[in-house]
Amino acid sequence: MSVTSKILSFGVAACVGAAFAVSAPAHAWEPTHPVEIIVPAGTGGGADQMARTMQGIITKHNLSKQPVVVINKSGGAGGEGFLDVKNAKGNDHKLIITLSNLFTTPMATGIPFNWKDMTPVAMMALDEFILWVNAEKPYKTAKDYVDAIKAAPDNTFKMGGTGSKQEDQIITVALQKATGKKMIYIPQAGGGAVAVQLVGNHVDSTVNNPIEAVAHWRAGKLTPLCVFDSKKLDYTDKIAGDKSWNDIPTCKSAGLDVEYLMLRGFFMPPGVSKDAVAYYVDMFKKVRETPEWKKLMSDGAFNQTFMVGDEYAKWVANAEKLHEGLMKEAGFLAKSN
Amino acid sequence: MFDDIGNLMHGFSVVMQPHNIVLMVVGIVLGVIVGVLPGLGGANGVAILLPLTFSMSPTSAIIMLSCIYWGALFGGAITSILFNIPGEPWSVATTFDGYPMAQQGRAGEALTAAFTSSFVGALFAVIMITLVAPLVASFALRFGPAEIFSVYFLAFCSFVGLSKEPPFKTVASMMIGFALGAVGLDQMTGQLRLTFGFETLLGGFDFLIAVIGLFGIGEILLTMEEGLSFRGKSAKIDLKIVVQTWKQLPRYWMLSLRSCLIGCWMGISPAGATPASFMSYGIAKRISKRGHNFGKGEIEGVIAPETAAHAAGTAALLPMLALGVPGSPTAAVLLGGLLIWGLQPGPLLFVEQTEFVWGLIASMYMGNIVGLIVVLTCVPLFAAILRIPFSVIAPIILVLCAIGAYTVNNNTFDVVMMLVFGVVGYFMKKANYPLAPMVLAIVLGDKAEESFRQSLLGSQGNLGVFFSNWLVGTVMTLGLIALFWPIIQNGLARVRGSIGSARPVQ
Amino acid sequence: MSESAHETGGTGPSHRSVEAGVAVAAGILGAITVIGSLRVGIGWGDEGPKAGFFPFYIGLIIVFSSVVNLVQLFAAANNNAVFASWGQIHKVLSVVVPTAIYVAIIPYSGIYVASALLIGLFMIWLGKYRAIVAVPTAIAVPIFFFVTFERWFLVPLPKGPLEKLLGF
Repeated sequence: MSVTSKILSFGVAACVGAAFAVSAPAHAWEPTHPVEIIVPAGTGGGADQMARTMQGIITKHNLSKQPVVVINKSGGAGGEGFLDVKNAKGNDHKLIITLSNLFTTPMATGIPFNWKDMTPVAMMALDEFILWVNAEKPYKTAKDYVDAIKAAPDNTFKMGGTGSKQEDQIITVALQKATGKKMIYIPQAGGGAVAVQLVGNHVDSTVNNPIEAVAHWRAGKLTPLCVFDSKKLDYTDKIAGDKSWNDIPTCKSAGLDVEYLMLRGFFMPPGVSKDAVAYYVDMFKKVRETPEWKKLMSDGAFNQTFMVGDEYAKWVANAEKLHEGLMKEAGFLAKSN
Repeated sequence: MFDDIGNLMHGFSVVMQPHNIVLMVVGIVLGVIVGVLPGLGGANGVAILLPLTFSMSPTSAIIMLSCIYWGALFGGAITSILFNIPGEPWSVATTFDGYPMAQQGRAGEALTAAFTSSFVGALFAVIMITLVAPLVASFALRFGPAEIFSVYFLAFCSFVGLSKEPPFKTVASMMIGFALGAVGLDQMTGQLRLTFGFETLLGGFDFLIAVIGLFGIGEILLTMEEGLSFRGKSAKIDLKIVVQTWKQLPRYWMLSLRSCLIGCWMGISPAGATPASFMSYGIAKRISKRGHNFGKGEIEGVIAPETAAHAAGTAALLPMLALGVPGSPTAAVLLGGLLIWGLQPGPLLFVEQTEFVWGLIASMYMGNIVGLIVVLTCVPLFAAILRIPFSVIAPIILVLCAIGAYTVNNNTFDVVMMLVFGVVGYFMKKANYPLAPMVLAIVLGDKAEESFRQSLLGSQGNLGVFFSNWLVGTVMTLGLIALFWPIIQNGLARVRGSIGSARPVQ
Repeated sequence: MSESAHETGGTGPSHRSVEAGVAVAAGILGAITVIGSLRVGIGWGDEGPKAGFFPFYIGLIIVFSSVVNLVQLFAAANNNAVFASWGQIHKVLSVVVPTAIYVAIIPYSGIYVASALLIGLFMIWLGKYRAIVAVPTAIAVPIFFFVTFERWFLVPLPKGPLEKLLGF
């Protein structure tokens, strides 16, 4: 153990990032220099974590002959990253991982960019949203909480969320519509910080992704009320005490007819070769088979839908329409366009 | 408590295994390299090496990665002192006195003081983590938007009014910093502002680009004007300097203790290392007998920010582990690492993963000791860099600055901005505008604005939120006292004076 | 640019005019900030204070303090101080101009080739080194950076035609 570790550590020092000479099945196209994964968000967020996990998996299982590099371009709510990919026409060595800001950023800011400016590669998963409250509060079900909101005047309850005019606020607006009461939406920089604000009782509820709040749930600090999906989550392993993700009811069953899922998928610059896209699709398929990926999926209670090609493009087009409706309704569209 | 000590001892036994010590040294050396090269930064260094640690045990991996973190913290002081280029926001305050010391040929002394102070600060914070970890974690939860704003407010107040330059130039400089910091996307409304339709301005002005330009390039231009020479040429390059500096350090124990406390407090509250370093510098300047000499190469001006920054940087790891909230980009990457190894940061980590947690805490002790030894032995080497002729080192610094500016956002336009900032910095310095308030405002301005607006949003416009509980009220009051300190001091002196002069009459 | 001015360092643009220029530039920046803030709104909206709320007042303060600085400058006696002698300005420009060219060609030549040129020419022109010393230094330093950044730390920097030719 000690000897191998020592050799390994020297290896790390000596050849950081050196290519691995392991044979892979023949492809029509293979990367000839390092592959960049652009993250249109800051370090530590959900998209960043997924990209870095994949980088680790690809390196550990030698799924690529060339190293994979993760680069954060978070400026302008991710607009910087999207513009970079849009302008890298024909670059076969660039990928971008998306979150909902694929749609919301150009709509809310007027940054000249659309998903059609890029080449769709694959949907890796869909991220769920859950309504959370502090465990010290008396709300045990979504109905308790909704009743409390309805009983109080406008702008009494505070909702914490990530960023402004993005997924968390879209859900908040939908909640307002369902309850008929206004809430104060307080934007924070990142999902982890949002969850902690809830634990510290600085806001009344959040719509954190499962992975962002699960630690506090397990520690008995937060209570999940309902999940914003059409069906319950598939994961039945006991997580917090005797509860599993599967025990959380859907919001619809609790009288809140709100559904929202966030895309975690990949795109490439416009004008890339078909063979390159096929290569990455194949690589992602292999990534999905690894135990590390499966662990990430179950930790974060992700919806594991996988799509490629036309099916994926169609899904994205639908999602865009959906966002356009939601954004318009909420009055989030940029004024100039 | 007894269990904890047992756990810590076990942690030490894990850390002391030979292969872990090797990992530690490798991590420190890589960290120092990463810290010295502007643009690589701790976050990058850790992110790049993260995938290579998946095949190690989590404990070994975190030892190596956290050592990169320590190494980068140590390394950040090197370029600040030698070239006036702070690689990280919390090293900015170190340049104020560190660089003048280097120019006077006292680079070795400044580096030794900086490294030793970092070590003292980090050690203090680790001891605190060991003893009161659970208490501290619950303290961090008290910080809502209003509390966070009050901390930024205190940082600004303890720093404002310090400069010798004309007051309106100081104000103009700080406000320009705020204005530059406001460019780009407004977090609160998701709207673009002050970009005037330029795509290149989407991301706003990053602190690092401004600082590399204003301080680094600006300094090269000033040096050029005065002739082609580095004024730090006479730097002693001898290990004796370490011992000589150590002899005078115990004198400043009070300063160190104060800086440690400021640092720990800032590290636990989510404000972090940057306000800690500025606050500690500002307060030291006010309290010290040699305060008037700050900015001209005073060793106290190096000790104060370095101690506080490292105490904060270390203490910030605690909320990360206990709450899952990263205090810095580097911590964010480390956090991602924890998830990949199947460890879930959060309150239960301390219960479920005792070996890992105490191994990490033990590695904080060991990593800092190893780090101190490594960097101190290199002091002569670093000081010797100043002996390289200016016409060789200047273009290399320019290239490093360009690389640093580029890597911030992977954008060549930022390199252009860096040069613009350099020329602006040269003019501002010549026209007697202080640069420090501007940098402070660029670094903390948008965060302060964000928490200010979050608080007002929560209270629906009621300013009373800043005095709504003892914590936020106390910090705000401290800030106001710091802001009006010169007036208060005058008043006190006058009262004392009038009593003194009144007596004989009676 | 006569040799004598270079030696004595006596003449040059006056300190006063440069300082006035800095104050005016700051004032213009403040005005731009005010205009930009007005565009996005400076009142109270659904999201609390609007995006322009903060920068609007910041801009006003910049304009105000620049005016004060200008007034103070011209109220004080003119001491005829020189900002910098022409010789000094020449030296400063001898760094600024090459650096500006360097920055401008990075997107086209890549950072490594540009850096080699900068280091080499700087050493030969300003440092008066012979080519036999300067050229190897100019080649070795970018190669060192290339290995450090691209190979070890996997940080891609701008690359140009030469790197493409070499297959990177």
